[in-house]
Amino acid sequence: MNYSLVVGAVVFWLVAWATNEWLVRLNVENRTIGRSIDLVVPLLFGVSILVLWEGLVRGLNVSPILLPPPSMIWARILVSGSILWADFQQTFLKSVLVGFAFGCGSGFLVAIAVDRSPFLQRGLLPIGNFVSALPIVGVAPIMVMWFGFDWPSKVAVVVVMTFFPMLVNTVSGLAAASSMQKDLMRTYAGSYWQTLFALRLPAAAPFIFNALKINSTLALIGAIVAEFFGTPIVGMGFRISTEVGRMNVDLVWAEIAVAALAGTTFYGLIALIERKVTFWHPSVRG
Amino acid sequence: MKNSAEMKDGVFNRLYQGKALPVLMIVSIIIVAWYGFAVWLNAPWQVGVYERAEISDWTASQFVVDTLNQKRPVLPSAHQVFVEIWNTTVLKNPTSRRSLLYHAWITLSATGLGFAIGSILGILLAVGITHSRAMDKSTMPWIVASQTIPILAIAPMIIVVLNAIGISGVLPKALISTYLSFFPIAVGMVKGFRSPEQIQLDLMYTYGASKTQTFWKLRWFAALPYLFTSMKIAIAISLVGAIVGELPTGAVAGLGARLLSGSYYGQTVQIWSALFMAAALAATLVALVSLVERIVTRNLGAQIIGAQTKGAN
Repeated sequence: MNYSLVVGAVVFWLVAWATNEWLVRLNVENRTIGRSIDLVVPLLFGVSILVLWEGLVRGLNVSPILLPPPSMIWARILVSGSILWADFQQTFLKSVLVGFAFGCGSGFLVAIAVDRSPFLQRGLLPIGNFVSALPIVGVAPIMVMWFGFDWPSKVAVVVVMTFFPMLVNTVSGLAAASSMQKDLMRTYAGSYWQTLFALRLPAAAPFIFNALKINSTLALIGAIVAEFFGTPIVGMGFRISTEVGRMNVDLVWAEIAVAALAGTTFYGLIALIERKVTFWHPSVRG
Repeated sequence: MKNSAEMKDGVFNRLYQGKALPVLMIVSIIIVAWYGFAVWLNAPWQVGVYERAEISDWTASQFVVDTLNQKRPVLPSAHQVFVEIWNTTVLKNPTSRRSLLYHAWITLSATGLGFAIGSILGILLAVGITHSRAMDKSTMPWIVASQTIPILAIAPMIIVVLNAIGISGVLPKALISTYLSFFPIAVGMVKGFRSPEQIQLDLMYTYGASKTQTFWKLRWFAALPYLFTSMKIAIAISLVGAIVGELPTGAVAGLGARLLSGSYYGQTVQIWSALFMAAALAATLVALVSLVERIVTRNLGAQIIGAQTKGAN
């Protein structure tokens, strides 16, 4: 045991917390300084958590199998870069992106296809909502059986998982344009397709982006969990499940860090595109 | 609507305009498609069986019947799945390891325990965030960011590592459910605790109410609709967590274990029946939360306004 490390980490954490308390109480007139405080406070909190983690694990001699310190995980990321990159390619660039594109695309197209039939919509909406609450990841073993061990089976799982949120959100989004706006399109003698492209799809954009954001996380989860049911010897889910069995916990944490980074970046990119596309929406404008 | 103008009022019209008929129709389309695919996907195997048995005079109807009743079909037919569910629930002793109810109970207990801990922790964190500005500013961005990462990936590690230090059974799985249900509850409750309008908070202020009184008499009730909405998301995701948590220990018990052992031994009927059981469990749990929500809101005389959010995370 090394109590000085523990005490040091706890003191650092307390000081960081006190600094944050002081920072949020500041009355700043300047907007840029206010913004940077909003940025510094969570960053300081994050760093203090890492320091606390490192200090406690090293100071209390916690076995690295139970919880490796952050520095060890970072060292592992630097050493095993090629493994992590290969897994990232297999899981993210192949399974997630392809599945995401097909799942969201087909959900969107089906929503457009049933758009002219309120009867089909009334049938599909409750079913779509119902299916969204089900543990769809469970289809993974079936898909692995049908499409083999390699990435096509993961694509299939991701497609099934992302299809319904997209369908449900697009259908409700297409109903978002107000009757006043639709009447205006009628007075312009806009055809069905003109109304769709000029009014209703843009009005549905916030809903569609909501589905895209939900699906970005779901797709990553689906691909990783599907790999627990069988994969070739590469992929994030495969690495996590095998290395944890061999007690290489630092590599597992490195893999999780990569997955977290990939997920956040993916989500952030979609949010960025959303801001560009739905610039007219009150939540973006305000 | 154009359709309603064309049709006379009547039973058919009422059915057409309602929800039940369209839903029934979609469901029957799905079932028909299911049988179609079952015949199509199981056909190659069945042809092989006939060739090996040197049966050449099979008829189309016999062929269809045989494809729908294979022992290890590529896609089991609906009635096979339901017969399997019937056999493993009603006809088996619920305490036996062969009973699907036994496995569902294992999964359900982990789900329930994890959901309960996760809800309490989430509410506590939300209380802290609403009352401490420093906590709000420092943790809220991380909570939002944590929604974008595939937390489920951490499941095998929690299970195996806790097993290594001698903690096994229901708790490790429940911890995964806790972890998953924690975030939607925390985010929803922060929104809920902040939902009272300024004018309502001002009223509490003029009454000279303390922070605790404002919390219990105003904020808590204002947050209830948000609590139930996020609980519906959280309980569904808790179940997913418990099922995935059963995978890495190697098929021992639970619905996730049934999925895994089914995929090891090619028992497709077993996989599908576990899947349907999981779906039924999810539907029941969400319906249960909705029921509690209805009872509570009716007893409080409250209305649910603006707390319905689309989609689960």
